[in-house]
Amino acid sequence: MSKTTMTRRGVLKTGAVAGAGVALPTIFTASSAAAYTNEPTGSTVKFGFNVPQTGPYADEGMDELRAQELAVEHINGMGDGGALNTFSSKALGGDGVLGKKVEFVTGDTQTKSDAARASAKSMIEKDGVVMINGGSSSGVAVAVQGLCQEAGIIFMAGLTHSNDTTGKDRKANGFRHFFNAYMSAAALAPVLSKEYGTDRRAYHLTADYTWGWTQQESIAAATEAMGWETVNNVLTPLAATDFSSYIAPVLNSGADVLVLNHYGGNMVNSLTNAIQFGLRDKVVNGKQFEIVVPLYSELMAAGAGENIKGVYGSMNWNWQLQDEGTKAFVQSFGKKYGRPPSNSAQTCYAQTLLYADAVARAGSFNPCAVAEALEGFEFDGLGNGPTLYRADDHQCFKDVLVMKGRDNPTNEYDTLEVVEKTPVDQVTYAADHAMFGGAEASLGTCNPGA
Amino acid sequence: MDAIILQILNGLDKGSAYALIALGLTLIFGTLGVVNFAHGALFMIGAFCAVTLSKILSISFETIDPTQQDFLGNPLVVKTPYVHAWFGPEFGASLIDWAVPLSILFSIPIMIGIGFIMERGLIKHFYKREHADQILVTFGLAIVLQELVKYFFGANPIPTGAPDALTGAFDFGVFLGFDANTVIYPYWRLVYFFFSALVIGGVFAFLQFTTFGMVVRAGMADRETVGLLGINIDRRFTIMFGIAAAVAGLAGVMYAPINSPNYHMGMDFLVLSFVVVVVGGMGSLPGAVAAGFLLGVLESFASMNEVKSLLPGIDQIIIYLVAIIILLTRPRGLMGRKGVMEE
Repeated sequence: MSKTTMTRRGVLKTGAVAGAGVALPTIFTASSAAAYTNEPTGSTVKFGFNVPQTGPYADEGMDELRAQELAVEHINGMGDGGALNTFSSKALGGDGVLGKKVEFVTGDTQTKSDAARASAKSMIEKDGVVMINGGSSSGVAVAVQGLCQEAGIIFMAGLTHSNDTTGKDRKANGFRHFFNAYMSAAALAPVLSKEYGTDRRAYHLTADYTWGWTQQESIAAATEAMGWETVNNVLTPLAATDFSSYIAPVLNSGADVLVLNHYGGNMVNSLTNAIQFGLRDKVVNGKQFEIVVPLYSELMAAGAGENIKGVYGSMNWNWQLQDEGTKAFVQSFGKKYGRPPSNSAQTCYAQTLLYADAVARAGSFNPCAVAEALEGFEFDGLGNGPTLYRADDHQCFKDVLVMKGRDNPTNEYDTLEVVEKTPVDQVTYAADHAMFGGAEASLGTCNPGA
Repeated sequence: MDAIILQILNGLDKGSAYALIALGLTLIFGTLGVVNFAHGALFMIGAFCAVTLSKILSISFETIDPTQQDFLGNPLVVKTPYVHAWFGPEFGASLIDWAVPLSILFSIPIMIGIGFIMERGLIKHFYKREHADQILVTFGLAIVLQELVKYFFGANPIPTGAPDALTGAFDFGVFLGFDANTVIYPYWRLVYFFFSALVIGGVFAFLQFTTFGMVVRAGMADRETVGLLGINIDRRFTIMFGIAAAVAGLAGVMYAPINSPNYHMGMDFLVLSFVVVVVGGMGSLPGAVAAGFLLGVLESFASMNEVKSLLPGIDQIIIYLVAIIILLTRPRGLMGRKGVMEE
C-alpha cells in the first residue's frame, strides 16, 4: 500500500505552478509555434470589430457594425460588391482574403478605455483575430492601439479625431483612415473667415479630455492665424449634461463667436443650451453672433435637431457626395439597411477593405507585411477621393468636408449640407508637427507578436 | 453683478430639477422607508412620455411624390401627420408644437400607474429587508428600465422642442435696469422654474391641507400608532409612491426641451439628487427642496470663470464638498429629523 504525503507547502507550490500555466495568456503559448500572432491556419480568418454596443454611443457603434458586416460580405464575394467595384486596387477577388473566407467577432467598447481593452484582448486571445477595427472615441482608440501594438495585431482605427492617435501616441501597428482635429481646423478656418470675417473674438468651450484639448488647440491656432482673437477657453467636465452655467458667461465676455469643442451628447446639449440662450439671435461688436462645431456626425446632428441649422462644422465623409465610390457604398448600404451610412460607418467600411486589400497585396497576414503594404499606399474609389496612407505616421491624407446644418431638411437624414470640399494639400502637415508630438514622436517598430 | 444674477437664475433652474427629484425621493423614503435608486429612471421615463406623445402626434401616412427622389434614387415617400389631415394643417401643427406641455396631462396617469406597479409588484417585497438590499433591487430596476427605453428609442438623444411661443430668451437686463443683452434667460427655463415651484407648492399643500395628507404625515411620524388606529396606512403609502413617481415624471416631461432626452439622463441626476436628500436631511421634505436650490445655485457659481481660475476643477466637486462640510457640521443634514436612519 502506498502512502501519499501531502504537505501544505507542496500543495501551494503545485497550485502556483499549475495556476501560472493556466493563467499564461494563450497569446504567448499559441504564437510560439507560429510566425506571428494568430496566424490563420484553416480555411477561414477572423476579424475583430470592437465598437460601442452599449452606452451613449451605441447607435454610432451599431452603424459601424452594419458597415463592417457589409465589408465582410463584399470581401467574401456576397452582395453587390459595394465600393470594391470602384476601389482602385484590384487585389481582392471577391473570394475572401488569400483564399480564406473572412469571419468576424464583435466586442463592446462601451466607450470606456478599460472595457475596450478587455474586449479587444478577449478577441485576440480567445477568438484569434488578426486585426481589430472600430470604435468611437479617441481615448478608446489610443488604449486599444497600444494593446494591439503589444499583442502583435494590426489596429485599423474607427472614429477617432484626436491629433494624438497618429501624433504623440502613434504606433507601428496602428492605422487611421479618419481625419483629425488639425485637419478639421485647417479646413474650417478659411471658410469661417470668408463667412464671418477676419475680425472675430472667439470663446471656446472644450471637453476636458484628449480629443477636446487637441481640437481646441488646433482650431484656436488656425483661426488666430486668420486674424481671430481667442477670448477664453473653458474646460467642461466630460460628464456635464447642462451647460447653461458655462454658456451664460459667454454673453458678457465680448466674444462674438462660440466654438463648441464637444462631441456626442456633450455637443447635443451644449449646442441646444446655446440656442436656448438666444446666442445666435444676438448682435455683438456690431456683428451677428455665431456658433461653430468643429466636428460633426450625422447622429449628433439628428440629436440636436433644429438647433444645428446654419452652424458650421467638418466631417470625414458624407453620404451626399457624388463620387463613384460613395455612390456604390451608399447604394449597397442603403439597400441592405434602408438608411444612408454615417461617416463613422464609412471609415470602418473603408478600413476593413483597406486591411483585406493590404493582406492580399502583401500575400501574408503577418502584421509587419500588412503594415508595409499600407505604408505609403495611394488609393481612390472608396469615397474620399485620392488618398494617401502616409508611412511616417500611419495617417490617411485626403480632402476634408466643411459642413453646415441644413436650413430646410427634406427628410430625417438630410440634416447637413456639404459647403466645401477642402483639398488635401490645405490640410496636410509635417509628420513632426508640434501638435503631433514633434520630432520625438515615433511609430516604434512593428510587432508581429511571435 | 449681471454675471451673478445670471448664475443665480441658472442655479434656481438647476435646483428646480434637483428639488423635484429629491422631493419624490424623500416622500418615498419618509413614507415607505425605502431608498429608491430607480427614482432617476422615473425622471427619465417622464421625459420619454413627452417624446412618446410628440411621436404619437406625429404619426403620419405616406404618399409617394414621383417628382422627388430619396437617397437611393427611388421616388420620395412624403409623410403627412394624421393630425394635419384630421384637424387641418394649422391646428395639427400647433398640437405637435405644444406636445411637451400636453404631455403633462398624458404623463400623470402613466407615471402614477408605473409607480403603483413598481411598488406593488417589486418594492413592497423589500420593506423588511436591509437598506443595502433595497438599494440593489431598485438600482437593478433602474438599469432594466433604462435598457427598455434604449431598446425602443435607441441610445441617441431625441430632440423634443418647446412650443415656438416659448423658445428664445427674455432680456432680464433691461427689466432690471442693466444694459440690453447682459442678463438674458431662456423662456422655457423660466417656465421650468415656475412649474417646479407650482408642483412643490401643490405637494406641500396636499400634505398640509387634506385629510389624506394629514394621515400620511402622521404615518411618516409614527407608522405603528396610525396603524393601531385602524387606518390602512399601507394603501396610502402606495398612493404616495405613485405621487412621488408622478412628481419625478413631471420634472422629466418639462426637462425634455432643455436637454434632448436620452436613456441615461436619469442616472445623471440620480447621484446628485441623493446628495441633495442627504444634505437636506433624510426624510425632510422642506430640507430636500431647500438643499436642491442651494446646491443648484452653488454649482452654478462654481462654474463661473472667476471661481474656476482660483480653484480649478471646483465645478466638478462643489456639490460633494458642500455635502462633506454639512455632514461634518450637521450630521443629520440641514433639516434632518432625529431618529431617521439612526436605528
